[in-house]
Amino acid sequence: MKIVVPFKSVPDPYAGAGEAAKSVINPFDEIAIEEALRIRERGEASEVVGVTIGPAAIDEQIRSALAMGMNRAFRIDDARALDPYAVARILRVFIEKEAPQIVLMGKQAVDDDSNQVGQMLAGLLGWPQATFVSKIELIENNTRVQCARETDGGLEVITVTVPAVVTTDLRLNEPRYVSLPGLMKARKKPIEVLSCEQLGVSVQPMTKTLSTSRPPKRAGGTRVESVEELMVKLKQEAKVL
Amino acid sequence: MAETLVLIELDRQQVKRPSLHAITLARQLGGAYALLILGHGLDEVAASLISYGASAVIVADDSALAEPLADRYAAVIAEAIRQQGAKTLLGSSSTFSKDILPRVAALLDAPMLTDVLALEKSDGATTYRRPTNAGSMLATVQLEGDRRVLTARATAFEAPAADAAPCAIQQLKFDAGGLPNGMQFISREERVSDRPDLTEARVVVSGGRPLKDSEHFERLVGGLADALGGAVGATRAAVDAGMAPNDYQVGQTGKVVAPELYIAIGISGAIQHLAGIKDSRIIVAINKDPDAPIFEMATYGLVGDLHQIVPQLIESIRKG
Repeated sequence: MKIVVPFKSVPDPYAGAGEAAKSVINPFDEIAIEEALRIRERGEASEVVGVTIGPAAIDEQIRSALAMGMNRAFRIDDARALDPYAVARILRVFIEKEAPQIVLMGKQAVDDDSNQVGQMLAGLLGWPQATFVSKIELIENNTRVQCARETDGGLEVITVTVPAVVTTDLRLNEPRYVSLPGLMKARKKPIEVLSCEQLGVSVQPMTKTLSTSRPPKRAGGTRVESVEELMVKLKQEAKVL
Repeated sequence: MAETLVLIELDRQQVKRPSLHAITLARQLGGAYALLILGHGLDEVAASLISYGASAVIVADDSALAEPLADRYAAVIAEAIRQQGAKTLLGSSSTFSKDILPRVAALLDAPMLTDVLALEKSDGATTYRRPTNAGSMLATVQLEGDRRVLTARATAFEAPAADAAPCAIQQLKFDAGGLPNGMQFISREERVSDRPDLTEARVVVSGGRPLKDSEHFERLVGGLADALGGAVGATRAAVDAGMAPNDYQVGQTGKVVAPELYIAIGISGAIQHLAGIKDSRIIVAINKDPDAPIFEMATYGLVGDLHQIVPQLIESIRKG
């Protein structure tokens, strides 16, 4: 069994205010990488292949992914601002060439917050999908995957036949730390670079961001000293009780 | 025929109220819109939807659609779009829509926007506003192509009135036998609660990690919510620590709420949590750390030990 993990480089979402955020692997994708490695370590998969799209500047995040233990990693060289559907269309061609049994990826990237690529990819490939997954089990001789999904109404369990796309939620696992020797070793692993041309895919993003702005700040900050004072404010000022 | 199809979400043959808010976005877009429901045994729920000003309520009713499996639902929704000649597919942001609609977008070869907050039309061009980076940025976006899929953030659009003349109910014709078969429903956690739904409640009380364990969480956060007739929410840390179930999570990757009153207990205010509460009308924060970021955005902040404050608060509310 081969597992492909598409992943994205994003600004560190936990960077403090005012700090310049360094780039990291999207936290949801890191969980997907970890889960793929655990499946391989259990002997249920033989190979974990990573793929990302972007310029050479993201090679550092690819090294981190390789250092976690991926067998190989590809970078599809495209520096444009792509939308989720363009990403899904590029990945589709790559996935058809690699022909894995499972595509495992984060449910959303924490910069764009779209939560679309996995589902679009599954739709383009005509594969089943299991989204927002917090537990994965391979069953029936690795021909089906049983997944617990985190939905608005609580946990739901489904099974999907392979090949399938599975997107990960936060509680699936706790990703491992990358050791310094691991990182040194990963420097020797090659990053295979492909162009869209080599893949034979030509896509244009259909979503154009015209501008971005900061949302207005909430005016907050009134301190109260006691429960009594809070009750008075809620009743008389806010009129919410 | 309708220019826009609005997918209405059901939960056990009942309409999920927040999904109706997408109708308000449909009205802002202009043109005729039809409502679409999928499931099994839908006569009654279809009849409850005829007064929202739609051109029709389109019903895909089949035992193969009893559970919302994305591969089947996406195929049927794409078929409905083709039959109606619709240009826009709308849903309301929820795990149901986020699971199914991107797949429909791929089947339609159309771009998609998640969590639309507002739209603006000028010179015939439409732009959409949506949050990114846990709500710390707002993007203004334009779409190309002649079809599009959008999810509306329910808290950004009013509930629509149901006062229009009744419309027709149409059964969608589709080949149920030819639907994909690669996904199978096994089970769903059924939790019975007397509390209101988190995304619909007037009051939400949420707790963070300092609640210590599920017993304290239920007694203090649950107790205060019950005194106020409100819903219970939690931070990611509280859910990760096993104090509350996953569907209580409020924030960037959980639910977005905008109640009249939001009470945050033992919540420091990580940007990922604030992303889910910032449109609440009144925010109350109770935390022992006077420098917690939540105090910067809370309407009222009370610094102190939650284990002393919350029981006092429950008592004063119960006394009236």
